[in-house]
Amino acid sequence: MAARKNRKRLPVLEKVPTGITGFDEITFGGLPRGRPTLICGGPGSGKTLFGMEFLVRGATEYNEPGVFISFEETIEEMTKNVASLGFDLQHLVAAKKLFLDYVHIERSEIEETGEYDLEGLFIRINDAISLVGAKRVVLDTIESLFAGLPNPFILRAELRRLFRWLKTKGMTAVITGEQGTGSLTRHGMEEYISDCVILLDHRVSGQVSTRRLRILKYRGSTHSANEYPFLIDEKGISVLPITTLGLRHTVTSQRISSGIPRLDTMLGGKGFFKGSSILVSGTAGTGKTSIAAQFVSAGCRRGEKCLYCSFEESPSQIMRNMRSIGIDLHTPVKRGRLEFHADRPTLCGLEAHFATMHKLIMRFKPSSVAIDPVSNLNIVSNETDVKMLLMRLLDHMKTEGITILLTTLTTPGLALEQTDVGISSLADTWLLLRDIEQEGERNRALYVLKSRGIAHSNQIREFLLTDHGVDLLDAYVGPSGVLTGTARLAQEAKEREADMMFSKDMESKKLRLENNRKALEAKIAAMRAEFESEAAEVKRLNEQEAARKKEHTALQKTMARMRKAD
Amino acid sequence: MQPKKVKKIKAEMWHLRLYVAGQTSKSIAAFANLKNICEQHLKGKYRIEIIDLLENPQLAKGDQILAIPTLVRKLPQPLKKIIGDLSQTERVLVGLDIRSGANPP
Repeated sequence: MAARKNRKRLPVLEKVPTGITGFDEITFGGLPRGRPTLICGGPGSGKTLFGMEFLVRGATEYNEPGVFISFEETIEEMTKNVASLGFDLQHLVAAKKLFLDYVHIERSEIEETGEYDLEGLFIRINDAISLVGAKRVVLDTIESLFAGLPNPFILRAELRRLFRWLKTKGMTAVITGEQGTGSLTRHGMEEYISDCVILLDHRVSGQVSTRRLRILKYRGSTHSANEYPFLIDEKGISVLPITTLGLRHTVTSQRISSGIPRLDTMLGGKGFFKGSSILVSGTAGTGKTSIAAQFVSAGCRRGEKCLYCSFEESPSQIMRNMRSIGIDLHTPVKRGRLEFHADRPTLCGLEAHFATMHKLIMRFKPSSVAIDPVSNLNIVSNETDVKMLLMRLLDHMKTEGITILLTTLTTPGLALEQTDVGISSLADTWLLLRDIEQEGERNRALYVLKSRGIAHSNQIREFLLTDHGVDLLDAYVGPSGVLTGTARLAQEAKEREADMMFSKDMESKKLRLENNRKALEAKIAAMRAEFESEAAEVKRLNEQEAARKKEHTALQKTMARMRKAD
Repeated sequence: MQPKKVKKIKAEMWHLRLYVAGQTSKSIAAFANLKNICEQHLKGKYRIEIIDLLENPQLAKGDQILAIPTLVRKLPQPLKKIIGDLSQTERVLVGLDIRSGANPP
């Protein structure tokens, strides 16, 4: 017992929440309290913003005032730059929650004439800290001192002293450093700050740039070595913590309608599982968007919130098109139940797309999400990446209990099963839409390829877009394969005709048999009459014979008497 | 040209400001060195102001002081900064622009 108590009292590394969306999740709490953290990265990778958001969130959300010492930008520039992210620095400074200082050194003005130290900087920082009672300090980018001050040997020793001093003051510090060639920072800051090192990266691939964040080092804490995509938008930085999720989501057996009654019937009569993932795949023009629209529309009608992410069409175009098949998406949008998110895939990197969707989902909290089509994302990245990210997104949605419907465009001519194998394992239910070309027509067919945990129909159904939405019909399976469209109609007529012919035939056959039977009955009656008359004849003959015998005997007796025999 | 310039500078007052942080050995050395140089080269036309940042930390901001000790030449213009304990006299003279004519042989 005592031992356990002792173990509990072991000092664990205390962490300071940064307030940066997603970052505290991936670091399991934030930055190490009372220690300096190095943020390094190339130009424009978001280092300054990271530091600034750390301070602003600290001041506004965690009641921890902060000091920002800038070596690069003036206070006016900084205030303007972050105003676009909704950070009101002037207000925070006036409220004594933030202290901004601009340290400027001009190399040309400075001559070195012997031993010096950076006590001046220490005093300035110390003064700033005591002025606002700071708990957080950001030095952005302290390495520019190397350009401004001579004698790097003294500078190095002094910086080492500075970081140690910040530690003894209990400051949670963020120090930014420009990435150098072959080293994390130009002047090897990573040698001095070894508690926590975070690398920000800004990569362009296929003309699309993606920001990524990686924790290189975090002493005293577990951390994931993965790269996390992050976004900088009007609300600051948001890191996508979606890789941290495992397969741990709980499931419900609640079912929700697909919006198409006959499809629900095909899925064991009740539709999809709530919180499951549905993949709708098919070639161009097979009605994927219509199924997605019908799905969200049904969700909205149930009073749930739905999100429709489109990578192909604008919201108004979808709404107009869906109105033509009787699906009203205007009303749910007006009521705030349906939200559209439409972007061209090439707008930003894959991660950024997912980050945006992720953020949207977190904010809007929909119960169903449709992504139409995910295959378009292949434009900005390769299939593996898309699959990886989809997996993360799906996992996230599943933990939130969100039902997600993905559509994917398959290339005609290729084996459908093969092209979709990438994301099929992600889907709980896979609906396959198919074109059936026959007799100069192209018709749509739908079938359920798989549906985990649902006894689903194995039938191919013809799929119609009517003015009252999507309708499923029985497909004809004849000797020449599945019949659809007019071929189905013709076949139906043919069968009806054959049916009629058959029943007429039957009637006449019945009549004939009846007649036969009647004839036979008559024959039986006649024969019976004949039989009876013959029986009577036999009887008569028998009687005759008996009489004759009697007479004969009597005659013999008479003859004997007359002959006087015996 | 030369005598005129000398005359002009002679007429000017040198205003020097030395930033220190407490009575450290470096500060004391810097002050002693500065005093020496001024007596030798600027006798009678200089004024030294010593600012102890430990007492007035907010003053560090005005002259953008990082390093201690720092000598700032406020006058004559332009502003010059010399960091270190001023032990390398030659460099101090260059830094203060004393060598470029203001200094009589």
